[in-house]
Amino acid sequence: MVPINLIIKADNLVKRYNNLTAVDNISFYVKEGEMFGFLGPNGAGKTTTMKMIQCVSPKTSGKLEVFGMDVSTHQREIKKYMGVVPQENNLDPDFTVYENLRNYSRYFDISMEEAEKRIEELLNFVQLIDKKNSTTEYLSGGMKRRLVLARALLNNPRLIVLDEPTVGLDPQARHLIWEKLRALKKKGVTIVLTTHYLDEAEKLCDRLVVMDYGKIIVEGEPSQIIKDHIGTGVVEVDNYPELVECLQKSDSIYEVMGDIIVIYTNDPVHITNQLSMECSLDKMTTRKATLEDVFLKLTGRKLRD
Amino acid sequence: MPYIQYLQIPELNRRLLKVWLRNKDVFMKNVKLNFLPPFLEPILYLLAMGFGLGTFVDNIDGVSYAQFIAPALIAVSIMYASFFECTYGSYVRMYYQKTFDAIVATPLIIDDVIAGELFWGATRSTINALVMTPVILIFGLIDFKYAILIIPFAFLGGLLFACIGMCFTAITPNIMALNYPALLFITPMFLFSGTFFPLDVLPETLQYFALAFLPLTHIVRVIRTLAYGSLEPFIIVDVLWILIASVIFFILSMNLMKKRLII
Repeated sequence: MVPINLIIKADNLVKRYNNLTAVDNISFYVKEGEMFGFLGPNGAGKTTTMKMIQCVSPKTSGKLEVFGMDVSTHQREIKKYMGVVPQENNLDPDFTVYENLRNYSRYFDISMEEAEKRIEELLNFVQLIDKKNSTTEYLSGGMKRRLVLARALLNNPRLIVLDEPTVGLDPQARHLIWEKLRALKKKGVTIVLTTHYLDEAEKLCDRLVVMDYGKIIVEGEPSQIIKDHIGTGVVEVDNYPELVECLQKSDSIYEVMGDIIVIYTNDPVHITNQLSMECSLDKMTTRKATLEDVFLKLTGRKLRD
Repeated sequence: MPYIQYLQIPELNRRLLKVWLRNKDVFMKNVKLNFLPPFLEPILYLLAMGFGLGTFVDNIDGVSYAQFIAPALIAVSIMYASFFECTYGSYVRMYYQKTFDAIVATPLIIDDVIAGELFWGATRSTINALVMTPVILIFGLIDFKYAILIIPFAFLGGLLFACIGMCFTAITPNIMALNYPALLFITPMFLFSGTFFPLDVLPETLQYFALAFLPLTHIVRVIRTLAYGSLEPFIIVDVLWILIASVIFFILSMNLMKKRLII
């Protein structure tokens, strides 16, 4: 039985391209009104999963339901209530900001008057009303992104799917996008996003999954995930052989990452005292554990591109 | 049979009109520039070839050289308009602008997009015929009687070349490779389809080849008959040929594009 308030439900979802398994038997769910994140290195299967949710890439096997409907049989119905912000901006370069939205509203069978009203509202919402008659080619990266977001909201979607919504944006533009996403969440819209920015995921997401090699390797609330895998704090020290020896004697959990050693702990004060007394170390940095620590711990430091 | 997948009957939904409307809106943004070629080209061709070169040519089947090539110019324009719209034009929208991706994020599906593109290509051909026919009428090179029939026929002929073009778009590895069909298929057709000289001066085998495999031959024959003001019964065969080829290439192009885009 699928409870009513599940917006997305995936069971043993698989996507294979020839001999590459991009999504390898994953199961997850997204609740109504939730902000849900997909994290993972390049090629982890995030975008492929997004595309299956968007009903544009057929699944190989398993079950995937959006709004309680099967993605392989109800594409048009599902897409009617979904807004999509793709990884790459795909605005119409021939059209102005306004024309982009007006043309797009036609695809959703929105009447002309209703479209006019929504376009005005949405351009105000994403702060692009001054650019209404500009050609999209001449917009900055941040403006284009906001316009794509506005376009994704034309049909008053119940679910918005965003693939790396803030990639390449300056901090101001990123914060504006975050603010808009939080505002949408307040209105009860369910939001699913992928991101490489772990601070973004930590700030925005109620729940998230970390994917790697097509599998989900961890799932939960950001703060809980950090607590479970890292602890509350992190102590960073320079990497010396004597220090590694000293650490091995203590029972601390640590990882050598190039020229620094990262020690995971729930009690940073204890560790720093221990280090300065037993290992005669005086230079160390203590900071809060972040999602980035979890990410690197779970997926390793090897480049994926 | 792996080939059977290319012959699946595609879904035709009224939503394809929205894709057609999108392309029409873009076309209308540059409407003056878009109307110029079909207006200017026949005038230039008729002046240079019809009245220039034509002074050295005797009558062909009892008509002047200008009268002979005038209908062919319309036919060629029908071919060019939709073929190039659905090759380079569609490829740019598909690959560079990601317009198709944007559209399929809405209740439209890829079938609607491709069908919309094809019908838009046919519309471009019709627009060209619509502009050219009156221009050539003014030169007095077309009989008024059946001239109006050239316009709806242009849609059918245009659809055929739109579908053929879309097949190439579906299989081309990149935009440069679209030069091959343009050079090896379209250019020979432009010259050897009974356009600038009657087919019967060619060796017999080549005549049959042209009739069997060069779609433009049939389009030229139909338009020439209409332009001469005589509704010869043989054009039924040509129209049937075009109809059947259009259906085949329509189905083929839809399936090839789906194969390329749905991954």
